[in-house]
Amino acid sequence: MNMAPRNAAPDTLHLEPVGLLQNPSGVPTDLVRLEGVSKVFPASKASAAVAALDGIDLSAAAGSITAIIGRSGAGKSTLIRLINGLEKPTTGRVMVGSTDVAALAETGLRDIRRSIGMIFQHFNLLSSRTVFDNVALPLEIAGTRRADIAKRVTPLLDLVGLADKRDRYPSELSGGQKQRVGIARALATRPALLLSDEATSALDPETTQSVLDLLKRINRELGLTILLITHEMEVVKRIADHVAVIDKGRIVERGSAFEIFSAPRHETTKVLLSGVPGMQIPDYVAARLTHEPSPASQTVMRVVFTGPHATDPVLSRLTGELGLELNILGGAVDEIAGEPFGTLLVSFPADAARLALMRSFLGQRGLKTEVLGYVA
Amino acid sequence: MSPEIAWLILRATGQTLHMVAVAAAVGSLVGVPLGVFLATSGKEELFAAPMTNRILGAIVNATRSTPFIILVVAIIPFTRLVAGTSIGTNAAIVPLTIATIPFVARLVESAIREVDPGLIETARAMGASPLQVVWKVLLAEARPGITLALTLTVVSLIGYSAMVGAVGGGGLGDLGIRYGYQRFMPDVMLAVVVVLIVLVQAIQSIGDRLARHFDKRIRPR
Repeated sequence: MNMAPRNAAPDTLHLEPVGLLQNPSGVPTDLVRLEGVSKVFPASKASAAVAALDGIDLSAAAGSITAIIGRSGAGKSTLIRLINGLEKPTTGRVMVGSTDVAALAETGLRDIRRSIGMIFQHFNLLSSRTVFDNVALPLEIAGTRRADIAKRVTPLLDLVGLADKRDRYPSELSGGQKQRVGIARALATRPALLLSDEATSALDPETTQSVLDLLKRINRELGLTILLITHEMEVVKRIADHVAVIDKGRIVERGSAFEIFSAPRHETTKVLLSGVPGMQIPDYVAARLTHEPSPASQTVMRVVFTGPHATDPVLSRLTGELGLELNILGGAVDEIAGEPFGTLLVSFPADAARLALMRSFLGQRGLKTEVLGYVA
Repeated sequence: MSPEIAWLILRATGQTLHMVAVAAAVGSLVGVPLGVFLATSGKEELFAAPMTNRILGAIVNATRSTPFIILVVAIIPFTRLVAGTSIGTNAAIVPLTIATIPFVARLVESAIREVDPGLIETARAMGASPLQVVWKVLLAEARPGITLALTLTVVSLIGYSAMVGAVGGGGLGDLGIRYGYQRFMPDVMLAVVVVLIVLVQAIQSIGDRLARHFDKRIRPR
């Protein structure tokens, strides 16, 4: 493997990752690839053996943002810690670049860890160090000279917008500022890969947005590959290109962020999505929803607006050309991975003819429909 | 108070400071690394060596549970080996140091264990070696706690040093017993106690101030 030079001549704002990922062909390759990875925590006095991960196959393309989403206890934390060797898999290979991290001994791990940045839910800044010295820590560990450290840290503090806080201590910063320090620190050794362990879970929604925007910017401007774990669909929606859904130690669904949102297949994915505006069924409808139509009941349908027709005035044509009367129960218009995306929950009198008409009309325009049930 | 007595008190103060300073310095030199090792050598920890950890822990406990005055006489052969004599101030430093090591070790161990384990993981994720983790994370983050631990050690040593009069160690405690109590000179006793109080107060407030200076966890304002 080609490692980043430790004491490379410092340059003012040269932030592109070097080493680890040298891809002269320009063809997208996988920077991270997990092959048949399982992790069993052996039985202890307190508990029986636990299979945290079971047959995981996963890859993250170089330059992409890949999100692994799952509920707590699904195995996300173990999974992300395999990638920088903080955990060893019981079986399987963990490829980063051309190196199998799982097969590395301690000293080899230390080298590769210096080209993988990591940010944490609780920031994990050293309380005894100033902002500047926190960002300098990975460079000190890598043996960078003091003078070069300053030339590296200063542009990073500019990048995350904390140049004026360089001599402050973490206790004097807000949560969002702390995570920015964490991000600057993770970038200090010019990694090609950034691991994010629930980095926004301890932040309020507004701060979450700004931290996610920063990550997206870093991904775009520096070409940094980001692999993140989260339990928040909002995070996925905002920045992920690819998504893998993990449940009980298995990957149950994967695809582009857009596919996952517009056509979730697995039950876990649907549950995770249920909190996202436009995806949830209003309580007053959910309470009365039945699986079978009854006389005079209404069909409840979710229409997903995606692709070129996402912004078409479909509804007005539907009522105008087909004379169908629709009740609108809920909906939202949003953007996922940069594409417009809308959902609409409608109901109309339940009969086979109307349903077929709806399906064909919307299907022709490339919109997805899903019958959720019936309400009386 | 006669000039002779004042001189005695001054000399005893010097002896106490001498014994305490040497015992604290040497005891910390051994005790701090031992404490770090005790805090990091448990199962699945940085320097995982559970067996050694248990053995050292047992030795530390045994030393700490031996009453100091018994330790002083029990290790006389060892004292003679190290100091060349078993009486006098220099000889007294040996048991004082031996008693200091496990005391410091346990206090440092608990200060190190206060450090958020997440920080150890963070440093490891950066590619830090175990020694770098100790140096740059554990000792740096535990500095306020270790400062308070060493302050407590010095204060306790001042108390312990009163007992080494038994082997002719001299010092303030010894003076207080021989003159203040055995010769029934309450003014000497009072003077000794006052000097001890001033010493302890001074050391404690210096230690507190240092610890506060090192502690960046609370907002300074």
